[in-house]
Amino acid sequence: MGESISRRMAWLLVAVTGAGAVGGIALNRGESINALWFIAAAACVYALAYRFYGAWIAARVLVLDETRATPAERLDNGRDFVPTNKWVVFGHHFAAIAGPGPLIGPTLAAQFGYLPGTLWILIGAVLGGCVQDMTIMFFSTRRDGRSLGQMARDELGPLGGAAALTGTLMIMVILIAVLGLVVVNAMKHSPWATATVAATIPIAVLVGVYMRDLRPGRVLEGSLIGLALLLFAVAGGGWIDHSETLRPLFDHEGLTLAWFVIGYGFLAAILPVWLLLAPRDYLSTFMKLGTIFLLAIAIVLLRPEIRMPALTQFIDGSGPIFGGKLFPFVFITIACGAVSGFHSLISSGTTPKLLANERDIRMIGYGGMVLESFVAIMAMIAATVLDPGVFFAINSPAGVVGKEAADAVAKISSWGFPVTVEQMQMLAREMGEKTLFARTGGAPSLAVGMASIFGSAFGDGLLALWYHFAIMFEAVFILTTLDAGTRVGRFMLQDFLGNFSPRLGQTSWYPSVLLTSAIIVAAWGYFLYIGVIDPNGGVNILWPLFGISNQMLAAIALSVATGILVKSGKLRYAWVAGVPLAWLAAVTTTAAYEKIMSADVRIGFFAAANDLAAKLAAGKLPPEKAAVAPQLIFNQQLDAWLTLFFVAVLWVVIFDMLRVCARHLQGKTVVPLSEAPHEPSRLVEDWVRD
Amino acid sequence: MDEFIRAGRMNSALRGLWRFIRRLSGDDAYERYLAHHAQAHPDEAALGRGEFFKREQERKWNGVRRCC
Repeated sequence: MGESISRRMAWLLVAVTGAGAVGGIALNRGESINALWFIAAAACVYALAYRFYGAWIAARVLVLDETRATPAERLDNGRDFVPTNKWVVFGHHFAAIAGPGPLIGPTLAAQFGYLPGTLWILIGAVLGGCVQDMTIMFFSTRRDGRSLGQMARDELGPLGGAAALTGTLMIMVILIAVLGLVVVNAMKHSPWATATVAATIPIAVLVGVYMRDLRPGRVLEGSLIGLALLLFAVAGGGWIDHSETLRPLFDHEGLTLAWFVIGYGFLAAILPVWLLLAPRDYLSTFMKLGTIFLLAIAIVLLRPEIRMPALTQFIDGSGPIFGGKLFPFVFITIACGAVSGFHSLISSGTTPKLLANERDIRMIGYGGMVLESFVAIMAMIAATVLDPGVFFAINSPAGVVGKEAADAVAKISSWGFPVTVEQMQMLAREMGEKTLFARTGGAPSLAVGMASIFGSAFGDGLLALWYHFAIMFEAVFILTTLDAGTRVGRFMLQDFLGNFSPRLGQTSWYPSVLLTSAIIVAAWGYFLYIGVIDPNGGVNILWPLFGISNQMLAAIALSVATGILVKSGKLRYAWVAGVPLAWLAAVTTTAAYEKIMSADVRIGFFAAANDLAAKLAAGKLPPEKAAVAPQLIFNQQLDAWLTLFFVAVLWVVIFDMLRVCARHLQGKTVVPLSEAPHEPSRLVEDWVRD
Repeated sequence: MDEFIRAGRMNSALRGLWRFIRRLSGDDAYERYLAHHAQAHPDEAALGRGEFFKREQERKWNGVRRCC
């Protein structure tokens, strides 16, 4: 009894602290606020949500059954189905879901100020993202670890299944294009960054050969050697940058770099995985976990002050980084850090095949997303500790603030965020870069933020090294996502083409591998190319498109979850998935509507296309802009149709789900639940495989 | 005496951590494969280390493994 009271008091204390920290962040005006408040608010919100909401969903809504054998136990084949210790599964699951998205989204959304993004990262994760990941993981576990696409087909019907599959393929293409653009923008005219990122390729190959031939299967040894070489490459990039002869070899225009990335993507897709993709992934996973851990320690040690105001005037839609009002664009921009549809692809199909017991689903599904959301909070901190003037100077495209440094600082200072040319030159020199103006995409500004945090916490003299370390860290796992995504796209395309020609469907038939890889690379390569030649930076077009597609996929996953809840006779709990679904549907549809219909040329695709066409016809464009204008016009129109397609797919799935639910509630026949029959678990209570 | 026990505990904790790291990274995959293979298919020859590594990587990267 005494213990239960003290426990309650402890949770009350967490609640009060959390409310105080969130309130402090939300109501603070004018004075600067310490980053520790963000950490405290996040920790309390996560702890409460995990302890109460997550546990309630586990016990009441899903009714996790620890006596029931999981697919890993029933179908154990020692390969993909293996009952595994929950901490190991947590590690694998987190490494799979944590990508560059939660680092980039919050950085871009910081143009609205620190508050809107931070609140959505916290609220969206605990009520939306964590719920999506956990429910999908549970439903897939009950269905032999089937994928989201299969579950959509089994539970809703062929329409839902087809929508989920097409949605996944499209989101993959847009995602890879925007990530490619982020890397290109980070390497543009930066010999140091380019040399370091280029060095990661031979390093990965070397590690691959080591793990395959020299010391087969010695993953830890190989990875440690690779990590040492990566750190060496960061320093080596600095020497190249200082060498008059080597420097020009790595100093390139964006377009040249884009072609390199496209060529690299094609090679990575057709080479055997053990040679490039797998070793790169080992390196990027270690690098990712290590850097995130280091960043958390540095923030706590340093306790930096947040310089960005809580809200900026750009909530009215006039922001330089991307156009559009706070609602709906902050939600579309944050995307992965709060709710990521992509996670449903890992939570189904992959992770459920490792679960030793259903009770682990709360920790891995809900807890995994909590940690991902915390990464997004750290990215928000890294973006907002910068001087707002510096932040906007790095992230605003030249097409908005002007090509000349003097014009850019004048424009940004006129918004009330003072910054000077000298300040930017000084910063660029410290970071070992020629310029930091208009380095859009979020990676350079995140790297400056991380470098200043690391530099202050662990030694100031190494700013340039820290900056390029951060760039390398981002590039390494962006390129992993690019490799892996191209490969998945290729498999999906081969699967689809196999319906028409069985030969093309064979994943080992080399002509088919070449053809389908080329198609996928061409698809994302096109968007990357357009993004690079766009004088407004391309990120302002591609990131919202990616956000819309990602939130659409999340809505599909939540539709599947809502449908299954209703069909299982849990109508009164269906709001758990239904409320985030309704919110995402509203956000995504509003964003899509504005991107298609808005008359503002910085928001509406058609408006931008028409405006550019009119200027071109009137001969008002300078020659270099006129040369690319027809391609930009076509692209804006294509993007509009693509957005329309996304939102159509979204509503098809929602209506399909509502139709199935309505029929079920009226007592009519619907496709039956595809849950695997109950089999008692024979694994002992506290059994661990290893 | 106490020190010995403490050192022993420390030792086994470190060993547990090492096992965990090897398991998490997949460093022990081949040993687990051999154990599974000996139990499930005792009459078939097991793959060599290099061949197993290559085949496992092909299998692993056959689906969605990494997110945004």
